[in-house]
Amino acid sequence: MKGEGRITYINGPVVKGSGLESFMMREMVLVGEQRLIAEIIGLSGDVGTIQVYEETEGLELHEKIVGLGVPLSLKLGPGLMGNIFDGIGRPLKKIEESSGNFIPLGIGLLTIDLEQSWDVEMLIETGDHVKGGQIFGRVVETQLITHKLMIPPGVNGVVVSSVASGTHLTDDVLLSVQDKNSKVTEVKMYQDWPVRKSRPIEKRMKITQPLITGQRILDTFFPIAKGGTAAIPGGFGTGKTMTQHQLAKWSDADIIIYIGCGERGNEMTDVLEEFPKLIDPKSGRPIMERTVLIANTSNMPVAAREASIYTGITMAEYFRDMGYHVAIMADSTSRWAEALREISGRLEEMPAEEGYPAYLSYRLAEFYERAGYVKTLQGDEGSVTIIGAVSPAGGDFSEPVTENTKRYVNAFLALDRKLAYSRHYPAINWLSSYSGYLKMLDEWYFDNVGEDAIRLRNQVLRLLQEESKLLDIVQLVGEDVLPDSQRLILEISRVVKTGILQQNAFHKDDSFVPMAKQYKMLCAVWHLYQRASACAEKGIPMSQIKDDALFEKITKMKYNIPNEDLSGIDAINSEVDTYFDALLARYN
Amino acid sequence: MLKEYLKIDKIEGPLIFLRGIKEARYGEIIEIQTGDERRVGKVIKIDESLVVAQVFEGTSGLSTVNAAIRFTGEPLTISLSREILGRRFGGIGNPIDGGGPIYSKTKYNINSKPINPVARKYPRDYIETGITSIDVLSTLIRGQKLPIFSGNGLPHKELAAQIVSQAKIASDLNEKFAVCFVAIGVTRDDGAYFIEKFEESGTIKNVVMFINYADDPVTERLSIPKCALTAAEFLAFEEDMNILVVMTDMTNYCEALREISSAKEEVPSRKGYPGYLYSDLAFLYERAGMLKDRNGSITFIPILTMPNDDITHPIPDLTGYITEGQIVLSRDLANKDINPPINIMPSLSRLMKDGIGEGYTRADHPDLANQLFSSFSKVLEVRSLAQIVGESDLSEIDQKYMEYGKRFEAEFINQGFTERRDISESLDIGWKVLSVLPPEALDRLDDKTIAKYYRR
Repeated sequence: MKGEGRITYINGPVVKGSGLESFMMREMVLVGEQRLIAEIIGLSGDVGTIQVYEETEGLELHEKIVGLGVPLSLKLGPGLMGNIFDGIGRPLKKIEESSGNFIPLGIGLLTIDLEQSWDVEMLIETGDHVKGGQIFGRVVETQLITHKLMIPPGVNGVVVSSVASGTHLTDDVLLSVQDKNSKVTEVKMYQDWPVRKSRPIEKRMKITQPLITGQRILDTFFPIAKGGTAAIPGGFGTGKTMTQHQLAKWSDADIIIYIGCGERGNEMTDVLEEFPKLIDPKSGRPIMERTVLIANTSNMPVAAREASIYTGITMAEYFRDMGYHVAIMADSTSRWAEALREISGRLEEMPAEEGYPAYLSYRLAEFYERAGYVKTLQGDEGSVTIIGAVSPAGGDFSEPVTENTKRYVNAFLALDRKLAYSRHYPAINWLSSYSGYLKMLDEWYFDNVGEDAIRLRNQVLRLLQEESKLLDIVQLVGEDVLPDSQRLILEISRVVKTGILQQNAFHKDDSFVPMAKQYKMLCAVWHLYQRASACAEKGIPMSQIKDDALFEKITKMKYNIPNEDLSGIDAINSEVDTYFDALLARYN
Repeated sequence: MLKEYLKIDKIEGPLIFLRGIKEARYGEIIEIQTGDERRVGKVIKIDESLVVAQVFEGTSGLSTVNAAIRFTGEPLTISLSREILGRRFGGIGNPIDGGGPIYSKTKYNINSKPINPVARKYPRDYIETGITSIDVLSTLIRGQKLPIFSGNGLPHKELAAQIVSQAKIASDLNEKFAVCFVAIGVTRDDGAYFIEKFEESGTIKNVVMFINYADDPVTERLSIPKCALTAAEFLAFEEDMNILVVMTDMTNYCEALREISSAKEEVPSRKGYPGYLYSDLAFLYERAGMLKDRNGSITFIPILTMPNDDITHPIPDLTGYITEGQIVLSRDLANKDINPPINIMPSLSRLMKDGIGEGYTRADHPDLANQLFSSFSKVLEVRSLAQIVGESDLSEIDQKYMEYGKRFEAEFINQGFTERRDISESLDIGWKVLSVLPPEALDRLDDKTIAKYYRR
């Protein structure tokens, strides 16, 4: 039964109403004459607390509150891909068409276009037995993504009627399924799903594959796994959004869900303008065809910001259930946490650390736990990878959101303001970042990259650690007093930092670097170090060992060696050999 | 039928509490009549029959029984027309220059609706400010929001006045260029300074001013930026003008917000500021930008003084997360009499990458900027080393860096508040100071570019 109540209290996005005894927790309601979309977040007697997803200015005391009888849900079906939605899943392009440049109030819960027609290939006939999660049809949604139509979870039985393959509207009934109690369920191209509930799977599987991003600092040093979780914390101006954009562009996930949560409007516009022009190297199609955008910019209502994260993850799970590998970029989870804080404050809840509610940690855990590498109900493999940006207040990583996020993510990519100031991009600090996936991906690197890939990576990182200690000394006494073996560490570290860790997102070859080149580059640098340090041990002076031209060649491999043809690196390696062989010969 | 209420339940700071209200809208405007004086307030909380309202003109002189209160049912709106150019307005959009009221058919709600990100146009045209360090290293783009982070006593108002009088949009749309100047809680001397500067440069006819002085009511500090941005939106999106909004000082706005929040007994977050400070600032800052189907633009330069020069203080911190970069002033440079004292390391323009280089400024611009930055960050390392070992014990290349650092500050950054340099002049100065370094040290530039500009 749908209930009706009256407004008794208004404070920002929080509204209370009386006469709500028949309402459920998390039920979607419409508030006021303007029918603003809202959700019940607390009930006490007949008084309900409601968070409103639209601006509440103009709401009047005693206006109506109408229950819809269902929790906040999304319509999941063809029409999602390549589109942009607001925090509660309303298509922004459609809103622009109907309402112009600004987002008005009370436009209702728009969804994917139900009147659009699609070419459906049916895989099931009348008489077949179907179960929840089973794929019964296919729609080529974009040239990159085939949308697989699934029986909604929970529906089991015999198909009593079905349509033939051909053109159908999103809203057409494609199948009728009768269960053992003779209840008939109509199945359409889309299904409704409550955003706060995770979608069922067959089982979770072990993480064994990396998410290849083409970024050296990630793939080579701090890999993210398919089905894994990663956090990118950094103060403003350190390049969080830039890093997220790079991952959205180049990572080898099948589908990208990009959530702009409380961030800048122009950033979303940038993505909207740029992604349709960027071509995916594997398929030759624009990467927008595999991207879904969710935008709750910082000036949109704060309650919808809280919901945007769930909207995004629900879409991700839906595509995962089709057997796709989905990566979610959430930029930024701090804004989401702040939305929680703001609503919590308006509810006059007892604050915990820095005003955040005590349940912050649990909510973060709930979100990140929806990532995973799974076997779907259909029996395929799919994954959801979550990469969350964190914007710590004052760039201080000891604040509650960063601290609590660290507890639930396995890869931590710390952005560093000092690196950003010296325009070292991506400004990921190699000393404070870590990836817990290294162990799990050990085998993959061994089989697919090189037997010594992980060992080499560890050695180079150790070298950089050594360098950071040496730099403390250099700060005090200058570089000249160090022994040559240590000065060599500084020189090689410089090559690693400029030639490998720095990566130019605007350079055609350097924006995305395949694993094979990453590995060869690392080998080349290590080879240089081995040969040079052998010479240093022999007492050959630094001025001879450090041949500027040679070092520069290695540093500029990233620009000068094309991604398709790596033979240039072998040539550099032999040049290194020739140079040091000659040097040794001269000093023997 | 409008009812009048004759009793105020409680008065606390700028807030009044009314009981027994039957009809009230959230955010509506109330009129408070005491004798001949009429004040305006806004409903900020409704709890059963208790209504909390903030009074824009302040509550002094109000008693619990001497006022008649009327609920208008309408949000705060202002009248706008092209006639606002050259005029001066107060905290709720009321003319304060002695001129007559503004008439318009439409009344504009000062809380505009959020721009649909789909409708935005990504800003790309650069604005030449004539200031080398900004044009070369943190280029201002039309439609950008780029704040100036300053400190007390630093010359941000000179810098702001310089930008206003020198700014030129590269593609010549200048005839439709206007400035919206907003003063929030500034001293009367500072206000007079700006008016004088605008008059001097002859821009005053194209400036619409919104002024709330330091001794004006605190509540008006919250409404004045919204009035001003509504006016800017009108000029930009209905009159197709390019508007530069300069707003000083955002710190006063945030402090007013904190004051009202604590009077409402809200749960504070960092340093007593309300938890919604970020959203609230974003509502202002995000009103800058461009629309696909309009020719006008709003470029927004908020100025804020960092309490204790601390960039991690919530006000600059949250601002930096919303705006598209920042220009940071340095006390150190100001003390060395290098003007404008722009600290280039933390300064940044996020939109610059898409608005410079070939077709916009000059082909060598992006890499040159990159090189100037990275070489200067090396200077800072060398300087801290020189403090320990002494300048004379530095290696040859390090000495060159010291020299580069000196000339960079003295020639590139230092230009005073009256000189205007066009973009190619500014870029050439960049090359001139960079030529102190040997070409091998220029690792961010390719050989062709070096050959073309180095030591020319």
